[in-house]
Amino acid sequence: MKFPVDSHREGKRRTDVFGKQRPRVALFRALPVILLLALTLGIAGCSSPNAPTPTLSLTPTVTPTPTSPKPANPEVILATTTSTADTGLLDALLPMFESKTGYKVKPIAVGSGQAMTLGERGEADVLLVHSPDAEVAFMQAGHGINRKLVMHNYFVIVGPATDPARIKGMTSAIDAFKKIAAAKAIFISRGDKSGTDAMEKGLWAQAGINPEGQSWYQVTGQGMGATLTITSEKQAYTLSDRGTYLKTKQNLGLTVLAEGDPILINVYHVIQVNPQKSTKINADGAKAFSDFIVDPATQKFISTFGVDQYGQAFFIPDAGKTEAELGTK
Amino acid sequence: MDLIWQGLVRAFQLIIHGDPAMLRIAGLSLAVSISATLISLVLGITAGTAIGLTRFFGRRFLVSLINTGMGTPPVVVGLIVTILLWRSGPLGVLHLLYTPAAIVIAQCVISLPIITGFTMASVQQVDPKLRLQILALGASRMQLLWLLLRETRLPLLAAVMAGFGAVISEVGAAMMVGGNITGQTRVLTTAIVMETGKGDFALAIALGTILMALVYLVNLCLTIIQQRSRAR
Repeated sequence: MKFPVDSHREGKRRTDVFGKQRPRVALFRALPVILLLALTLGIAGCSSPNAPTPTLSLTPTVTPTPTSPKPANPEVILATTTSTADTGLLDALLPMFESKTGYKVKPIAVGSGQAMTLGERGEADVLLVHSPDAEVAFMQAGHGINRKLVMHNYFVIVGPATDPARIKGMTSAIDAFKKIAAAKAIFISRGDKSGTDAMEKGLWAQAGINPEGQSWYQVTGQGMGATLTITSEKQAYTLSDRGTYLKTKQNLGLTVLAEGDPILINVYHVIQVNPQKSTKINADGAKAFSDFIVDPATQKFISTFGVDQYGQAFFIPDAGKTEAELGTK
Repeated sequence: MDLIWQGLVRAFQLIIHGDPAMLRIAGLSLAVSISATLISLVLGITAGTAIGLTRFFGRRFLVSLINTGMGTPPVVVGLIVTILLWRSGPLGVLHLLYTPAAIVIAQCVISLPIITGFTMASVQQVDPKLRLQILALGASRMQLLWLLLRETRLPLLAAVMAGFGAVISEVGAAMMVGGNITGQTRVLTTAIVMETGKGDFALAIALGTILMALVYLVNLCLTIIQQRSRAR
């Protein structure tokens, strides 16, 4: 049964003066579908897989040259630390590597601890990490081969300009940590088994302090960038690599309070995951990346990376140096 | 507050200039979420209709599982899918981890219970007498199913919106199975997390604005489809 209202509506629709009702209604009905299609195709069309991979940040990008060699297994999984990603170094280096060698890198930016766990399980091909003690253990257990020095920078102790623990200008990191503990000033820890976290735990141990469970010692479990933001909000202290601090400091209310202690050296190594662990490991790709990152041209690029925007380089290249020259393991 | 304003301005600039990186990220977000929703629709409507219209042993238990699935934490889905897709995992041979396909798989797992649950509920709330009447008029089984689905298209479109909304705004699983790789698996939500981590809040807000605008546009289209049928 039809109600009068319905037939009235229907009737009104059909008595259009121009007699063009039907096509217009059809178009109107199809409009949302057309919109959806246009939205998907329009945007997805811009992301064809062959397009160069630009980045939102202002880091330089290199368009892959059509003459790139084609490796048999082009997929390389690089497990690395948050600092190499947060500083933008990876976004700058990987397109160079990919266009030069034809490999396609999947960088997984996690803490050094997790990066090594992925390597141990054979889920990554090559590691770029900065946790020397854990790396030595990793190598001794036979999980990796060809551990090579890549670069270093220094950790810095950052905190609020008001500096409630009065550590400004101190050159001994351990003394600075002792003063922070004595003042019960809030200290934010990464707590994620990253290289920075390992360095921080080592400093507390050398200071003879166990901060775990203290009310002033707070653990974020997050990457360096996020941890610096939280530290800034809480006007607390934390240990950061200089690169990530430089990159994010414009948004932070934090200053460098203690630096220059030689024990605060932050060394990055490249390690190829031992291909004997699993046949699925891309040993050739790992070697290619390892060779690339210590290549003189790459090392020269690292030595200037960050200078144009931040006045100083994020990392100092170290390829070919010995551990003794750096005073590390 | 000025950060939010900066973010809006930045979003506007990115859209006006058609920033290629932004388009790529937004395009991938849409493509991945729409594919996942479509796959879930096919599976979910089939399963939801079957469960809604039949009675069998253990049905209540299955329904309780589906209803629980509607609230599964995406990060748990991400973790399990990651472990399954690892090279050493059972699906490792497919080489899907850290690809957009992996994100689609995780998002399907997230949206499937939502769409199945909605379908089941809406098919069940159709008056049983209507089924009898349709059958009495000599409809075949397929015709019956088709008419029932037509009858429930309003709640079904709500299911599409809920499923799509759940996956495009999801970050935990996309981060774990995709890896947030530049130019490969970076979607809007993971890019927002990354820019927030880097401390570039204005860019994070800009991307957030673009994400919300996209979600709005898609839902607007679906709403027009949904409400149009009611007006008749």
